[in-house]
Order: sequence, then C-alpha cells, then structure tokens
Amino acid sequence: MHQGELLDDILDQYPEKPEYLIFLLQDIQSKYGYISQDSMGQACEHAGVPLTQGYSVATFYQSFRLDPSGEHDIRVCMGTACHLKGAQRIVDDLSRKLNIKSGETTQDLRYTLSTVNCVGACALAPVIVVDEEYKSGMTAKKMDKQLKIMENELTEDTKEQGNA
Amino acid sequence: MPDLNTATAIDLNQWHLKSEQDLIELQKRIIESTDPNRPEIVVCHGTGCLANASDKVSEALKAGLAKAGINAKVMPGIKKTGCQGFCSRGPLVLIRPQGLFYQQVKARDADEIIEKTLMRGEIVKRLLYKDPKTKKAIATEQEIPFYKLQKRVVLKNIGKIDPTDILDTISSGGYQALAKALTSMTPEQVVAEVEKSGLRGRGGAGFPAGRKWRSALTAIKKKGRPVYVVVNGDEGDPGAFMDRTIMEGDPHSVLEGLIIGAYALGAQNGYLYVRAEYPLAIKHLEKAMEQARCLGLLGENILNTGFSFDARINRGAGAFVCGESTALFTSIEGKPGNPRPKYVRSVEEGLWGRPTVLNNVETWANVPLIIRKGANWYSGLGVSNSTGTKVFSLVGKVNNVGLVEVPMGVPVSRIVEEIGGGVPGGAPFKAVQTGGPSGGCIPYSLKETPVDFDSLTKAGSMMGSGAMIVMDDSDCVVDVGRYFLRFLEEESCGKCLPCRLGLSRMREVLDRFSQGKGSEKEIDDLINLSQAIVDGALCALGSSAPNPVLTTIRYFKDEYLAHVQDQKCPAGVCKDLITYRIDEEKCTGCTACSKQCPSNCISGEKKKIHVIDASSCIKCGICKESCKFGAVLTV
Amino acid sequence: MKITFKINDKTVEARTGWTVLETAQHYGIDIPTLCHHESVTPSGACRLCMVELKEGNWSKLVASCIYPVKEGITIYTETERVSNVRRWVFEMLLSTCPASAKIRQMAANYGVASTRFPISNPDNKCMVCGLCSRVCEEVVGLSAISVVDRGVHKKIGAPFLRPTDVCVACGCCVSVCPTGAMQSFFDQVRGEPSMRLTQLTRQSAQEVKTS
Repeated sequence: MHQGELLDDILDQYPEKPEYLIFLLQDIQSKYGYISQDSMGQACEHAGVPLTQGYSVATFYQSFRLDPSGEHDIRVCMGTACHLKGAQRIVDDLSRKLNIKSGETTQDLRYTLSTVNCVGACALAPVIVVDEEYKSGMTAKKMDKQLKIMENELTEDTKEQGNA
Repeated sequence: MPDLNTATAIDLNQWHLKSEQDLIELQKRIIESTDPNRPEIVVCHGTGCLANASDKVSEALKAGLAKAGINAKVMPGIKKTGCQGFCSRGPLVLIRPQGLFYQQVKARDADEIIEKTLMRGEIVKRLLYKDPKTKKAIATEQEIPFYKLQKRVVLKNIGKIDPTDILDTISSGGYQALAKALTSMTPEQVVAEVEKSGLRGRGGAGFPAGRKWRSALTAIKKKGRPVYVVVNGDEGDPGAFMDRTIMEGDPHSVLEGLIIGAYALGAQNGYLYVRAEYPLAIKHLEKAMEQARCLGLLGENILNTGFSFDARINRGAGAFVCGESTALFTSIEGKPGNPRPKYVRSVEEGLWGRPTVLNNVETWANVPLIIRKGANWYSGLGVSNSTGTKVFSLVGKVNNVGLVEVPMGVPVSRIVEEIGGGVPGGAPFKAVQTGGPSGGCIPYSLKETPVDFDSLTKAGSMMGSGAMIVMDDSDCVVDVGRYFLRFLEEESCGKCLPCRLGLSRMREVLDRFSQGKGSEKEIDDLINLSQAIVDGALCALGSSAPNPVLTTIRYFKDEYLAHVQDQKCPAGVCKDLITYRIDEEKCTGCTACSKQCPSNCISGEKKKIHVIDASSCIKCGICKESCKFGAVLTV
Repeated sequence: MKITFKINDKTVEARTGWTVLETAQHYGIDIPTLCHHESVTPSGACRLCMVELKEGNWSKLVASCIYPVKEGITIYTETERVSNVRRWVFEMLLSTCPASAKIRQMAANYGVASTRFPISNPDNKCMVCGLCSRVCEEVVGLSAISVVDRGVHKKIGAPFLRPTDVCVACGCCVSVCPTGAMQSFFDQVRGEPSMRLTQLTRQSAQEVKTS
C-alpha cells in the first residue's frame, strides 16, 4: 500500500469498537496481501485501540503478514497425518528449490512459502495448498510439476505484458 | 435448458415462518413438490473430494446431462453435498433412488455414468467400491463396511442435504427441535433435558454440557444478563476435521443448537468462532444464517414467539491456543489470544466478563437431536458415563481414511480395524494417537479399550476433539513426540514460562534422543520436567502438552531406550540414526531416484543397479518416496 | 469482611478480594515471584509463586498471585510438587536469562545453581513477563510498548520494532523490570527522533492524499 492510501471502504464497514480490530486487519490483509504500518495505524485508530494492540495482534496470529507476500502462496500442511507421510520432506524440498525458508518470500516476490497446522484434509496427505487450491499426495516429483506450471503462467504473464 | 437443481420451486422470500405449524407446512410443501422417483446425482463437495476435483465431476455431469437431452420430466437433479466421510475414496458420487455408490470418480467418467446408469439403468462396475478383504464389488453405500458399522446420528444429514439450501434442511426435519423448544418447553425444561441426556462437551475435556448450562443459570441469577452463547469452531487439533465437516455439511444443525441454547439461557447474542483455515465452513455458515434470518428462524421475534436472538461469525486468525476458552474470548474481544490468568469459570465470567456458555461445534449439533427425540432416546446411545455418539476423524496409516461416527463405548479395534480396514498391507497397527497434541497413544495391546471419555483417560490418553491417528511400524514414537512438542512450541501463547520454555526444553531433549544422544536417566528427568509443566502451566494447552510424550514413554519405553542406548531408530525415521541403501535385488535401474536426488549422491546408469553415496546423502528421503519398487531401504 | 484459611498449617486472615500471595506477604511468608507488582493487574506468567492447594487427598497447584482467598482453604507453600515446578522454572530462567544477576541470586537462594539446559543467548536478561508493558499501559496510560509475537518468539517491543514517539521516557518500565533487562532495552524504545514511528490516522491519510 502506498503511503496515504485511504481505507475508507474497509473502515466504514465496521463500528468503531475494539472488537472489530481483527476484522479490520483481516480485510486489509485480504485486500493488500499484508498489513503496512500506515494501514495498521488507521485500523487501530478506527477500532479505538493503541497501535501496540494492533501490532501485538498482527504478530500473535499466524495468518497476518507485515511484509508484502508473493504472487503465489504455497502452504504446506503440517498436520499429523501429513507429518507421518513426509510433510517435512516437502517443506525441505521446497525450501531448497525456492531458496527460501518457510515464512519467507522469494526476492522476485513470486512465491511465499509457509506451513500451516492442519488444513483438515487428512485423506490427501501430504497436502499442500497453492493459492487456496488443495494439492494431494505431494511428492518431490509432483512439486516439480506444480512449480513448472506456475513458472509457465508467470512467463506467459510477462509475455502478455511485453506484447501489450 | 431443464432445471438441474434439486431445490424445489419454493421461493424462500415468500416464507416468513410465524409458528410451528408454518414450519411443518413448509416442510410438507417441500416434500410434496419433490418427486421421490426423480433420479438424483449426489456429488460430494467436501474438502477432500473437492481437492480431488469433485467440482469438475459435477460440472462434467451437468454438461453431460444437458447434452444427453433427457426428457425434462425425468431429468436427474445434481446435488452438491458436504463431506460424505469416505475421504480416501473420493471423489464420491451417489445415484438415487437406487443408492448406487461410485467412488474415485473422474470428470471423464461422467458421460459413462449418464449413458449407462441414468439412461439404461446399468451399473458402471469399475467405479464401485471393492472390499479389500473379500475382493467383491459393493454397489450401495449401506452395504459398505465403512458405512454399515457406523451409527450416523450427528452426521445423518451430511452427504444427503445441500448445505447451502435451507429448504433441504427443513425438508429433513431441521428446526423442528427449535420450534418444539420455543413453543412447548420452558427454558428450564430445555436445560433439564440437556442435563438428563448426559451430553458431555465434544471439544476435549468432556465437561457435562447440561451442568455447564445450569451453572450459567446460577451465575445469571447472581449477575443478571446479558449472557452469551458461543460456538467453538476453532478446531485446531492436527488430524481433526469433524467440526469442519459439520459446519460445512450441515451448518443449520449447529445454528439450531445454538439458538436453542440461547433460548434456554435467555441470551440475545451469540458468536461462532471459526478457524480461518476453514473458508468453506465460514461461507456455508454465513449463508445458513442469512437464510435462517429470511425465514424468521434467527433474529427478531423468532417464530413469532417473542424470543429474539442473533449471532455473528468471528473468523479465527491462525492460533491454536484460541481453542482454549478464555483465549477464544480475548480473541473475540479483539486482542491477542492469550488465556486469562484467572481462577474463575467462564460460565460466571466469560466474554466481556459476562456469564458465557461456550460449547464446541459437535456439542451444539447434538442439542437439536436431544430436544427433538428426547433425553431418554439420547442416553440410550453410548454407555452410562459417555452418552450419545462421537464423530472421529480416522487418519494416518489406515486404509479407510475418513470421518466415522460410532456410539460411545465401542472398542478402538472396531473403529480402526473393522470400519477403518486396518493398516495398509495388513500388518497390525502400532498405536492409535487420540486427543491430538493434548492426548496420548493407545498401543495395539489395548486395542479393546472402549472409546469413551473415562476409559481413554484411564489408558493415559484422552477423547480430545476426536482425531484418531493410526500409526504403524514405520512411525517412530520419539519422532511423533517431537512433532507434537514442536507443534505446541509454535502454538503456545508464550505467556507462562513452563509452557514457553518448558516445551522447548522437552523438545530439545527429544531432539538429542533422535540423534542417539542421552541416557535412561534423561528419560526420567523428562518425566519429572513433564510433571512440572503439567503442574505449572497457566492453561490447558501447557498442562496437557506433555501427554503425548508421557504416554509413549509409558507404552514404548523400549523404543526410547533403543535410541539413547543402541543409537537405533527401530522405525527407521530419525534421520541421524539411519542410512539409506538400495536393495540390489529390487532395483530396476529406472533412474527415478537419481533424477530426484537433490544432493546428486545416487550413481548408476539406466537399467543398472543404483548406489547411494552415504557420505554426501542428506537423508531427505526423496529417493525412497520416488522409488516404485520399494528398493530404497533405511537401515 | 475477614476470610480465614490456612497457610502451611498456620491460620491466617485475609480481606475479601485478596489473593493468596497478598495474604502470605502480609504474614511475612516468603513466596518467590518475579512478574508480580502491586500496582498492576497480575499476569500469572512466571509461575514461581505456585503453591499447593489441598483438600483431603486431592490437591492441585495454583498461582498464588491470582488465586483469590476462600474461606477454609488449605495452602502449602513448600511441598515437593511446588518445589519441582520452581526448580525447573529456575533452570529454565537460568538458561534463557543467563545475564540477569537478580535471577541468578533468586535461583541460588532456592538452591538452583546451574541449569541442565543449553544457553542460547548469554547476554539476555528479559524473561518476557510483560510487567514493563503493563505498567506503561495501566499506570502511565500510554502503551508505548507491548508484548509482541507469540510462543518461543515472544518479546517486548514497540510497534514494528521501531522507536516510538508515544514513549515519554518516564522510565517506569525500567524501574519495575524484575530482571534488569529494560535498562538496556529502553534506548531502543525511544531511539533516534528521526527514526521514530508516528501513527498514521485516517485524517492524516486524507491530508497526505489531498496534498
């Protein structure tokens, strides 16, 4: 978000009460992909809480991000069923391939890699969630394919941009 | 184009129910307007099936039907339901009225299903479920052991109704319990009925729900209203997806239970706290609430009885600890979900310091059943101290992964071996982990343990929310202990020292065990430290956290000793104690392993035996995963 | 109204609303504690003040700083279970706050001279009890700092871990800090004036936009 961006459309949806702080932050996050310092300031002011509360909330809950996230969101499920079927291997493999650790975003802002504590799709273990889509029975080989698909989409996007 | 929706021609907006009779009348009209002989294709749109592209299956069926040009009168309807439970066999498709059960259906099977089954009445044999024991194909759902041995009460409607259409719910008797409570029972009678049913909370601790409601009434007498009713839908136990399925597949059952509870306690506001990782559950609940408001079942003056109640959904933001009641309240209040440091019960001082009744999703979903069919009927299910049924998510090393509902008190073996079909390959299971990160293991030797609150606790585990994780010989107890500790370390709120630091310290000890370091004495120290955490932690997350380690030490001490004394991991899991080797007899030289090896330590040409160079192997296990011939061994 | 109960078999009297810790302190019974301060709401974080509550054969441990007194209860401040918790907590503290002289002293007084756990940061003094942020919020009324993050990553910080213009350098946090950690952290909260974070409000966002 650029400095000074107005959040009116989000803020006006909620009464000015502390109980709506998390709602506000969730909406900001889903619109901008992360919560900037400026948007946090406005959300806290609207909810009537000190900035410290906003920051504490945003760092306490796993779903909030304070830095811009990548174009593609890759989440590896770390539920028990997935763990028994090699989830850690999938995370390690992705870390190696993307050259980032879990919780990080690639420098080109293409991929964000994170882990999630059980998405409740245990029959599909080990499962990953790519941009809200569940991918079942992951292996290193399937991951290669998946990355290739996303890579191709990206190159096509750049091509289109180049042509335009 | 003919109407493919199974929904009736009834317009929701034309109905605002003003009495119990209105509700019955609406149900009658829905049933009358539905042709019982009209074929119906039921496609499971639960999360598991969706991930296996069941949405593409229903699309293909829809397109196929339009193309087939079937006479509009007998045009089958397509119904998208919540999770039907048999997740490992998805995508699932049911054909009614015959009740044919097709499994692992792909979009490309759509035309064949339409042509053979719907147009000619034949069965597509290759899509039927085959019993792994008898090798026989089974045509209908009722005959499949996975379903036959269950007792579906709470899950009864899931997989049958369209969760996004309230008319489907009403057609199957939904909201009649609410109508009964509001029109022919006093709030006191409702509480008494729930008390009498013996219903215990399904979220973990198993506290009697009726007693909780009763204490809230006492607190209200002292402090007055407002009082709040809250649904705990923050199902965080890894491996658990019962509540998710109920919220996604039958959202009205939860809502109806909540409204009945609100009536019993005189609450005007309720909250549904739902995990952020469950977007579909949130969507379906929102829709359910909207439709219930439209019909006059939620909001002002419900069923014209003068009782008003409304509820709101709070999306969780990713914190396991918010499943703990006081942390959940602080989260609803807009703060970090730290449990409250107070020795006061939430029925007295809960949300905003007011009397509050918090029950989990499955508990609320049981309430309408109790009110409608009576406490006596309910307590006739299950065993004396644990009445009713319990839904379990059966996952891990088991053939039939999915959702299972059984009466309380059936033995573990019934669930794992008979319904679950046992461990793939037929070996006996090693242990069943119940109760998630707060629970423990039931070893194979105790497989006849009845599954009820008290028996599981006696065995050192707990009911928990209902996750059952089956482990076999290739699962290491030290590794599983580390897994749960790491999970809780990340999820601990970090407020109290025994939890924040103690769990890390426990995990570090297990890390060393997994490297073959340590001694028998350190195992005793670990038990000691566990006791300090159990005694010292601020909330239930911390005080139950050592359970998985304590029960595995209790039942599998030999395996711990093998790690620290012989530097061996018998299950072949702990990286530092194993090496990867290729079995020369089994290797076909397909090169699959060497292609995938990230450290390029596998040599060998095509069609020749491959060799792993142990000195540069990082033990990532990708070779073993990619070998189709089982030629990669761990020693 | 007086409430009568027993601590270590001795009959004590407390006022309504007192905690077990307050009563014990009133009678000069020593219960170790780090995160408690009479001027702010108790947080029950350090768990050093755990005591054993006994009722016949049944007993449980409670944090005395938040346990309200009740007529006729029986409290023991030094039992085997209590000392097991405290000794382990001291060992944890020694490993996480090795630089705090106060903690070393208290641990030594309790007979804990060393820790079996590895020391990750030899310079650390902070145990993240949050007393500093509670004082800032409840006594000073500012909330310049708070407890941020969770679990093992939990720490004290100003928003976005940047210096903040909310802090007025009153030093209350430094004076209440039980481990001496705030002394060195204080400068980071105030920081360079030019580096300080100012909260953007809706109005200022509007102004930035129109200018």
